[in-house]
Amino acid sequence: MPSLRETCPAKVEEILRRFPQKPSAAIPLLYLAWETYGYISEEAMIETADILGTTPATIQGIATFYTMFPMNKRGKYHIEICQNISCHLVGAQDLTKRIENKLGIRCGECTGDGRFSLAKAECLAGCSWGPCLHINGKEYLQLTPEKAAEILDSLLRL
Amino acid sequence: MGTETRVLLEHLGAPNLLRAAGYRAKGGYSALEKALQSMTPAAVTDEVKKSQLKGRGGAGFPTGMKWDFLDRESGKPIYLCCNADESEPGACKDRIIIHENPHLLLEGILIACYAIGSRNAFIYIRGEFHRGAEILLSAIEDARNNGWIGENILNSGFSCYIQVYRGAGAYVCGEETGLLTSLEGKRGYPKNKPPFPAIAGLYGCPTIINNVETLSAIPAIVNQGGEWYASMGTEKSAGTRLLCLSGHVNKPGVYEVVLGTMTLREFIEDFGGGVPGGRSIKGVIPGGSSMPVLREEQLDVRLSFEDIQAIGSSLGAGAIIVMDETVDMVEICLLLAKFYEHESCGQCTPCREGTRWFAQILEGILQGEGREEDLELMLDICRSEYTSICPLWSAAVWPVRAFIKQFREEFIQKIKEAKPSAKNVRELAKAQ
Repeated sequence: MPSLRETCPAKVEEILRRFPQKPSAAIPLLYLAWETYGYISEEAMIETADILGTTPATIQGIATFYTMFPMNKRGKYHIEICQNISCHLVGAQDLTKRIENKLGIRCGECTGDGRFSLAKAECLAGCSWGPCLHINGKEYLQLTPEKAAEILDSLLRL
Repeated sequence: MGTETRVLLEHLGAPNLLRAAGYRAKGGYSALEKALQSMTPAAVTDEVKKSQLKGRGGAGFPTGMKWDFLDRESGKPIYLCCNADESEPGACKDRIIIHENPHLLLEGILIACYAIGSRNAFIYIRGEFHRGAEILLSAIEDARNNGWIGENILNSGFSCYIQVYRGAGAYVCGEETGLLTSLEGKRGYPKNKPPFPAIAGLYGCPTIINNVETLSAIPAIVNQGGEWYASMGTEKSAGTRLLCLSGHVNKPGVYEVVLGTMTLREFIEDFGGGVPGGRSIKGVIPGGSSMPVLREEQLDVRLSFEDIQAIGSSLGAGAIIVMDETVDMVEICLLLAKFYEHESCGQCTPCREGTRWFAQILEGILQGEGREEDLELMLDICRSEYTSICPLWSAAVWPVRAFIKQFREEFIQKIKEAKPSAKNVRELAKAQ
């Protein structure tokens, strides 16, 4: 796997220039690794540590603290379903069940063909428009199980 | 009949509002012009003090007073951090401003920076707000191209830069010191206070942290005066307030109201259109998931900080969650407990262990293994509420204590109805 400095040197430099102190670049560099490779690999953490002049253990400690950073490859379409109170009250459980049944996987799993991965999310701040979910970060609001199935169908056709 | 009073949401839906030109067409950036051309930084701070604007993130600390605490003599750079890490379940008001009127926030940040003597501002936005971060980045670029951000703005000698910093999914980073440690590129662990950020904040420099809604109120205060702003609302709840309404209501949404002009029940009826299916309300959480739940018979309370506080809860982050008669309150209590268990950073023992303990006990009750003593045990655990570095542990305690207090009969019923489980049978066998 080519390094970040080989793949996108300008972006690495631009991130480092943004901050008065170098360590602040840790989280943006981890985002860059995620965008570049699809997840935060061990190599990316070692390289991030090298760029920032710190230890890989420090970077791993940061990466694992934040729940959004994927430490393993996800599906081509990563679906996060909000489970918190406001979404729960308006049908998040039914939505989750319908999506699980449609994809044949449970939350925390990935389909065999690697196209879809599914996760439960803590609050996604769409509380007044629940239930909501994100697919690769794109927000879908006021869903019903039927609407969610239609969205999945449209992705399956792609 | 309650009506909205739109100050922050006034121009929502106006054409081209995401662009500086569209915002300008609605009078945008005129407050920044006014501040830079005819007011000293101290005069801006005075107007904010006169406005009695309190922080809209949840803690409600007076904004002008916070600005006054700043150590201006340290010789170190001064930073402004905009807290856009809106993570409290039930709250989704700040995203309205970010998504619909980002230049309002930018103008508020620029004026605040002018007042506190900062030339560097960070918007710390929660990682899940992908679209919000993109909108802000685009608005910053646009504002910079139009001369509102950068060197020597309006030839005033004032220079200011704004950066967006994305969090990556940690509720605790909404707490101000957690936010700062995260921005410094570390695990988002909160710190003990003092020193407060106004003395030693980002990179050890004096730092002001204000919420999105708070900063977005600044342009109107500068344009129309602090006294005008303070003339709205009650003595302790000045100005307008964004409230998110969610859960079992016909018309959930974000509404801007003058506090003190209606009761909580009227708000739910008039704005939310009541409960679907004609069902009755069982409980309402008035300020986001950490705030103590109220029973239906308490809803005739006047909608203001002080009145809701007087009946044992709080408007907190301005998130009103309505639960109808069909809701299982033990289940909701567990759902909230599990959220705080998940989000505890683990630094403090009461929070790390207590949140897990709550979740285990509540799971036990729901699985038919509860005992009446469990309720006393949980209330006993609640007694350690102020023993952690940051308020996350208190935020976990308040809902559990309130759910037990307000819906004790439901917990007891759940425990009594429990069928003997394998564990109970084993214990019974042992006892015999």
